[in-house]
Amino acid sequence: MRRDKYKIIIPFLFPAIALYLVFVIYPYLQAMYISLTKWRGLTPNPEFIGLENFQRMLEDKYFWNALGNNVTYLIFVPLITITISLYLAFLLTQGKMRFSKFYRVTYFFPQVMSLVAIGVLWSFIYHPTIGILNSILKAIGIAEPPAWLGNPDAVVPAIGAVIVWQAVGFYMVLFIAGMESIPVTFYEAATIDGANRWQLFWNITLPLLWDTTRTALVFLAIGAANMFAITQTMTEGGPNRASDVLATYLYERAFISSKFGYATAIAVSLFLMVFVLSIFTMRVTQRETLEY
Amino acid sequence: MTADTSQTTLAGAQRAQERSFSGILIQSLINVSLIFWAALVIFPMIWLVYSSFKTDQEIFFAPWALPQELQWNNFERAWVDVHIGQYFVNSMIVVVPGLTLTVILSAMAAYILARFQFPGNRAIFYLFMSGMLFPLFLALVPLFFLTKDLGMLNTFHGLIIVYTAYSLPFTIFFLTGFFKTLPSELHEAAIIDGANEYQVFFQVMLPLAQPGLVTMGIFNFLGMWNQFILPLVLMADREKYVLPQGLSFMLHQQYYENDWSALFAAVTIIMIPTLVVYVIFQSRIQKGITVGALKG
Repeated sequence: MRRDKYKIIIPFLFPAIALYLVFVIYPYLQAMYISLTKWRGLTPNPEFIGLENFQRMLEDKYFWNALGNNVTYLIFVPLITITISLYLAFLLTQGKMRFSKFYRVTYFFPQVMSLVAIGVLWSFIYHPTIGILNSILKAIGIAEPPAWLGNPDAVVPAIGAVIVWQAVGFYMVLFIAGMESIPVTFYEAATIDGANRWQLFWNITLPLLWDTTRTALVFLAIGAANMFAITQTMTEGGPNRASDVLATYLYERAFISSKFGYATAIAVSLFLMVFVLSIFTMRVTQRETLEY
Repeated sequence: MTADTSQTTLAGAQRAQERSFSGILIQSLINVSLIFWAALVIFPMIWLVYSSFKTDQEIFFAPWALPQELQWNNFERAWVDVHIGQYFVNSMIVVVPGLTLTVILSAMAAYILARFQFPGNRAIFYLFMSGMLFPLFLALVPLFFLTKDLGMLNTFHGLIIVYTAYSLPFTIFFLTGFFKTLPSELHEAAIIDGANEYQVFFQVMLPLAQPGLVTMGIFNFLGMWNQFILPLVLMADREKYVLPQGLSFMLHQQYYENDWSALFAAVTIIMIPTLVVYVIFQSRIQKGITVGALKG
């Protein structure tokens, strides 16, 4: 009927497709090839070396060091963030609450700030002389608090705490949305049967929030595998690589040491790990979805 | 009716629980938790703002104290000497066209994918979706050399085009869903009235899609305004740094120069507009950001 529809289809689709193929798809595909080469960026053609970069990675202690930090974040950040945000979401959905709107707006705010601004703000707070954290700790009786970002043992928890601080509001809003979509009749029936709030939470809210929780887990896992902006801003991977993550390490390899092939190989491994992890998380947490 | 009565039962049961001693205890525990987290979020920012009015001496020797006198010149130094003003302008130069281009190109493509049937429609849709599978850092090295070869390294237009390209997949995904919900009768009615396809799009469909476009506008604005790794790789010219990049740069620079008060003022300058915009549009912004979760 409308034979002239291609007059609109082609000009409307073309710019988006062209831009996308050239600047997104082409670089992603090219990355796969560059990861198999040795390339310092000076010659036009990278030298093909097969899987050598990946072999070298296995013996590179800085690679393992960075990966170790990612794994630490991966274990603790999702767990702590989800616990706190679930708790706050639960509190804010308990009937009529004074200032409930104020709390939601406040908790969410760090989410709209740039991670760089957050990183700078917290570098001030953690700072041993100008910062306020250590004077609080001294006041409550900790005689020698660590110089957070300057201490190799304290730096990873310190950065992880900042990420939890900024992420909690977002996941809380997500959980509140999930909780509000649970029919109130469920709670009524249980309350009449004599269930208390705690039982309501464990037996109704939590099981019905399972899908939201899975989504949150995958998001947080992807975030923990990245950690670039916050780490680069607060420590640049220091002191002495103690807070390096794979993303900062590969950035340094590529754009400071000009080892483009090796850096891209790290990026490919990181991508594969995240990909497998996301699928794994979705599979392991798969349960029969409760229809309601 | 039934819903009404049961609601009162529930409220009544809760009220009875709250009147008891343990109810009061629980209520105070709830309030303490909520106030604690609110303080944890707000206090660092209040501290930042009042510290940015202090002298370097005060910042160093009395981290908690309020400023003796308001040092407005900290802000002047931050804006001029630390180049926050310049970085702010640069960010605008990149984000405004990037955002416009993203919304227009995505709306056009999404409209076609949502409302026209032709061979390859699904394939193109999934091609766009595949871009969301990959993390950005995988593309960094090839992207750096690509923009270099095209002469777009260290240019504003290079950054605008790259920002746009990487915003397309999610924006198209979201808007395709949105255009599908619009009634097709409107399209047919407009055609019968003699409008051509372009007029239908710009005069009928685009205005109808406005809520979706605004949501995507907010979502992409925050993403582009806060974008850090792309300018870090693609913009080495210090005169053309965008805000997050400039902020990070000066933090590392400041360790040698020690003008802390200007640095505090700089972060305040960056935070306040975000805060004001957020407070005004907060419900829309919360929606705009959390839609990202829908794709999960």
